[in-house]
Amino acid sequence: MEHPFAITLDVGSSLANRTGSWRTSRPVYVKHLPPCNDTCPAGENIQAWLFRAEEGNYHLAWQEIMKNNPLPAIMGRACYHTCESVCNRARVDETVGIHAVERFLGDMAIANGWTVTIDKPVSGKKVLVVGSGPAGLSAAYHLTRLGHKAIIHEAAAQTGGLMRYGIPTYRLPRRVLDAEIARIEAMGVEVRLNRRVEDLGAAMAEEGADAVFLASGAQNTRLVDFPTDGSVQVRDAISLLREIEDKRAQLDIGKRVAVYGGGNVAIDAARSAIRLGAKEVIIVYRRTRATMPAHDFEVVEALEEGIELRVLRTIERIENGGLVLEERVLTDTNRSNPTGRFEYLEKVDTVVMALGQLVDNNSFLKGVPGLEFVGDGVKVDNLLRSGREGVWAGGDLIPAERNLTLAVGHGKLAARQIDAYLRGETYVHPPRGKIAKFEKLNSWYYADAPKTIQPALSLIRRQSGFEEVLGNLDESNALYEARRCMSCGNCFECDNCYGACPDNAIIKVGPGQGFEFKYDYCKGCGLCVTECPCGAIDMVPETI
Amino acid sequence: MEEMPREQQVKFYQKGTYTVGNRLVNAKSRAVQSSITRNNSLTSGHRACQGCGEALGARYAIDAAMRACNNRVMAVNATGCLEVFTTPYPETSWQIPWLHSLFGNAAAVATGVAAATRVKGKPEIRIIAQGGDGGTTDIGFGCLSGMFERNDDVLYICYDNEGYMNTGVQRSSATPPTARTATTPAVGKEPGNVFGTGKNLPRIAMAHGIPYVATASVAALHDLEAKVTKAMSFRGARYIHIQVPCPLGWGSSPASTINVARLSVKCGLFPLFEAERGEVTSSVPIRNPIPVIDFLRTQRRFAHLMKGGEENERKIAKLQAIADENIRRYNLVRKEV
Ligand SMILES: Cc1cc2nc3c(=O)[nH]c(=O)nc-3n(C[C@H](O)[C@H](O)[C@H](O)COP(=O)(O)OP(=O)(O)OC[C@H]3O[C@@H](n4cnc5c(N)ncnc54)[C@H](O)[C@@H]3O)c2cc1C
Ligand SMILES: Cc1ncc(C[n+]2csc(CCOP(=O)(O)OP(=O)(O)O)c2C)c(N)n1
Ligand code: SF4
Ligand code: SF4
Ligand code: SF4
Ligand code: SF4
Ligand SMILES: [Mg+2]
Repeated sequence: MEHPFAITLDVGSSLANRTGSWRTSRPVYVKHLPPCNDTCPAGENIQAWLFRAEEGNYHLAWQEIMKNNPLPAIMGRACYHTCESVCNRARVDETVGIHAVERFLGDMAIANGWTVTIDKPVSGKKVLVVGSGPAGLSAAYHLTRLGHKAIIHEAAAQTGGLMRYGIPTYRLPRRVLDAEIARIEAMGVEVRLNRRVEDLGAAMAEEGADAVFLASGAQNTRLVDFPTDGSVQVRDAISLLREIEDKRAQLDIGKRVAVYGGGNVAIDAARSAIRLGAKEVIIVYRRTRATMPAHDFEVVEALEEGIELRVLRTIERIENGGLVLEERVLTDTNRSNPTGRFEYLEKVDTVVMALGQLVDNNSFLKGVPGLEFVGDGVKVDNLLRSGREGVWAGGDLIPAERNLTLAVGHGKLAARQIDAYLRGETYVHPPRGKIAKFEKLNSWYYADAPKTIQPALSLIRRQSGFEEVLGNLDESNALYEARRCMSCGNCFECDNCYGACPDNAIIKVGPGQGFEFKYDYCKGCGLCVTECPCGAIDMVPETI
Repeated sequence: MEEMPREQQVKFYQKGTYTVGNRLVNAKSRAVQSSITRNNSLTSGHRACQGCGEALGARYAIDAAMRACNNRVMAVNATGCLEVFTTPYPETSWQIPWLHSLFGNAAAVATGVAAATRVKGKPEIRIIAQGGDGGTTDIGFGCLSGMFERNDDVLYICYDNEGYMNTGVQRSSATPPTARTATTPAVGKEPGNVFGTGKNLPRIAMAHGIPYVATASVAALHDLEAKVTKAMSFRGARYIHIQVPCPLGWGSSPASTINVARLSVKCGLFPLFEAERGEVTSSVPIRNPIPVIDFLRTQRRFAHLMKGGEENERKIAKLQAIADENIRRYNLVRKEV
């Protein structure tokens, strides 16, 4: 080419200049583990389903939950939502109402009759599941999705375990429970009711089972002995709640009821007593309100309903139709010590014992060769394998925290183990990512948006019946709530990185397909990293 | 002018409200910069430092102008980093017709180009002149004032990095008081740039009564794009003053460029507003205001102020007073945010 005077080079684009060579560290797209996911006892991928929910794709969102948890409508109501206690959004304004959106999705699935697919071809293998509580149901569900035949033996006349015979209806309406269990049964899970396993070997042989998941729970109430002259009726919380389930309001519990214990079960027993017509309900607990094992929100709801707390007290004896209580003091190490001072709680009709549950290890479990116990629970390794080959155990039966969600998580883990076992493979836990910490987020991008408060039933309606206390979110609220999620550690396609790069060194591939770095031009300034709202880009040193 | 389009203010978009894009709203409500088909008027391979705010601001502004007038844009550039890092002969990073003449005459050259398009009967071709703060507030000021006074059909964009960066960080009339530069070292009785000097060019532009004047920041992209788009809807002389942090000259980390600009807006030292024919017509309210010290702390050019002592306290208080005056004048802290 001819050049004008004094010009020696062709004009070209700066694209010829590979400024990527300036870089000493490079940005990379990553996925970190949101704290909510990390904490969910059922291992839900909360961020992923909120991502679908926020775009209004409720069906996909629900399916995402169902990958890990077959009971969203139940969990949305009764799970203690530990996920929310670690939600990063709390550092901006308030936690995301994860459980409320979960419940909204669960209810929508029931209303629309949504179902899930079976993911693997039929294996021809059979698995016996003992107990139809959340642990057993979860295992049976996951085993079915993995192509195996699950058969549940259930001692009671109905399915659900403590979800039916423990959790009161005002927190978990039975139509919801029934609908979610029916969906699992419709997948092909066989449930044999009124079938108490007495001899595990025989039950296995009868069903031709290749493996077993034990999920018979912990339904014996822990009892303490104190002298009584028989003037006050004493009952245990579990049997009381079970009876309420069977007989509902016809039960007479008296006008003045004392509940002994400070856990969630004590709260449920107390709130149920109010609903059965008791005029005064007093919770007697040996430590302080702050140290009650019950969740604070449950205590608050109980207080709202007029329940009285008598803390730092133990029951010494029953006499003349009342209770002799001993005052206690808390030591520095949180021990409740006696003081030798007493007071009298007069005119008590019933005392409800709610001091915790124990596994009935005087049952069929005794006869299972190789099975060992730790305390009252069945001993398992971290993969839920018991001492007997081919037998896994989970839920309340093993020594762990006792709640629905962990039971569901155990059911899932056991199912995945059993699946591998039946296929002659070994199950390996997928590696856990780094936690997406709040410090890695650029929270400026999250506009303030306070949490939607679920409409609470008026106090009056609450006290007089077993109607559900917390209402559902309507669709616009659910959408709003889902959109409060900051998508911690996972790209939500905000285009900030693509926009913020001064070197135009990022390619936006297209909706749903993410982004790529043009390392030929990326100078490694780190602006994209700083401006990513959710911390989905890491800077890593170049190897030189 | 709002910091973001109306549509994004509804309560459902809490996560995507301030971001470049947002998969939950229609493409129109997203920034031009979120588009796969944005022009990339200033493309890769340029020689700006890591994290250069000026390179970023120029792409933001010119891409928005291109979108606003159907890609019929020509730019005239003053000497300065933006010219030097984009066009070391024979390479250019510009993907638009682009001219460079001298340090001080960009406004005059642009006036000439605008006249040429008029003579050739091509009014659809829109002319932008652009330069750094030195080229604008100092050496190019005479040409610029003339362009304003004649109401020539040019949009002038000043990329303000508060100093002569290309030649090694000398003071300009846009350098803030107390800032350390090569010519205002942090030594002696009055370390850094002295109080009581400098010009406020947006207000001087307003005094010319031209159709449109606005300030913008690389930390408020939606606002910046809206202002450029609006400027292109006017004929006559228009002026946009964009604050573009310079990691090298300010002594800030390249990764923090946008954040530093954001802090500058949040403390009130750099107010975002627009004016038509000499009257302020709107300002962007500050979301979560901060004290100036939180901004100053991020840059080594203010490091000498952070050493404590009464004298430094007094200087920080004087800078705070400037910010407070901006907040009052432009009504920057108000309920609606
Ligand atoms: C009153 C109360 C309220 C609670 N509220 C909550 C709550 O709000 N949120 C929460 O997360 N957790 C709550 N929990 C705890 C939660 O209910 C349990 O942790 C959970 O149900 C345990 O599940 P699981 O499947 O291990 O056992 P279970 O639910 O106890 O189910 C075990 C099942 O096994 C059956 N079974 C037992 N022995 C045999 C046998 N030999 N053969 C056949 N079947 C047998 C039982 O009949 C039962 O159906 C509550 C518990 C109680 C008591
Ligand atoms: C007449 C003239 N004087 C001096 C210079 C040297 N010079 C080139 S760029 C520059 C500073 C530019 O500062 P500014 O306009 O603020 O742009 P920045 O580099 O900061 O973006 C100077 C002094 C020149 N090119 N022409
Ligand atoms: S903001 Fe979203 S992803 Fe982050 S912890 Fe909360 S729910 Fe999980
Ligand atoms: S902003 Fe651009 S140049 Fe800077 S690290 Fe990210 S991709 Fe690289
Ligand atoms: S900045 Fe936005 S688009 Fe880029 S990785 Fe982070 S979330 Fe995804
Ligand atoms: S010196 Fe400043 S303005 Fe110039 S290229 Fe570097 S960062 Fe950009
Ligand atoms: Mg400059």
